[in-house]
Amino acid sequence: MELKTKIKAEENTQELFITREFDLPLELLFKAYEDAEIVEQWMNTKVIKLENHKHGSWKFETSHDGQVVFSANGVILEFIQNEKITRTFEMENSPFPVQLEFLTFEEIGNEKSKLTIQQIFKSIEYRNQLLKMPFAKGLSMAHDRLQNIFH
Amino acid sequence: MNLRRDVFQAIADPTRRSILALVAAQSMTAGAIASNFDTARPTVSKHIQILTECELLTSEQNGREIIYHLNPQKMKEIADFIEPFRKMWDERFNTLESIMKNYKNKD
Repeated sequence: MELKTKIKAEENTQELFITREFDLPLELLFKAYEDAEIVEQWMNTKVIKLENHKHGSWKFETSHDGQVVFSANGVILEFIQNEKITRTFEMENSPFPVQLEFLTFEEIGNEKSKLTIQQIFKSIEYRNQLLKMPFAKGLSMAHDRLQNIFH
Repeated sequence: MNLRRDVFQAIADPTRRSILALVAAQSMTAGAIASNFDTARPTVSKHIQILTECELLTSEQNGREIIYHLNPQKMKEIADFIEPFRKMWDERFNTLESIMKNYKNKD
């Protein structure tokens, strides 16, 4: 089946675009990003902090067998309801530098909406490294677990 | 022994990408490749060497000449490398979509 998610990562650029169209009204799509309890469900993570306003900050922590296996945090630079979120993203305990994310939410018709995430990296190399990360064994195992939970 | 080079660094260079495009159109010798560039021939040779080391090009001895071919399998790996990342996001978004559809129905 054709994947609904598109990734655009042009060679020699330090950014990438993730786009996806949802069979959801714009308000519900935005709510999935705004409401900490809902974020926890689809990201399969614990939301430690999610301050949805300019100069707010956020922090997620994912555990497995009582051990924190992944944590990330950042600051929110812009938060405009049903329109956009601009934030930084930093993976803790990793060599990856902070990245900048522009999330744009759009209505594209009756009960349909579109999300565009533009991620900007410190260098082309870091971007390419991140793209290759799902190949890493640990992550793909975590990913398999995720799939099992939802299927 | 050469350390295996990073294939993504190999294709980050514009000259090397041009070389791949040339050889994709037609297999050719190092001399024929170099004649397409203003760059000094040793520089082009170095690029060819890097592309060969990361297996994007394969070399074939043909009498006194070495012919370079594109390795389509390796090129396909580059095209595919984004797929696991894309799949990860797609599944995440599928989950988001189904959660929010249920959320809507609860109202």
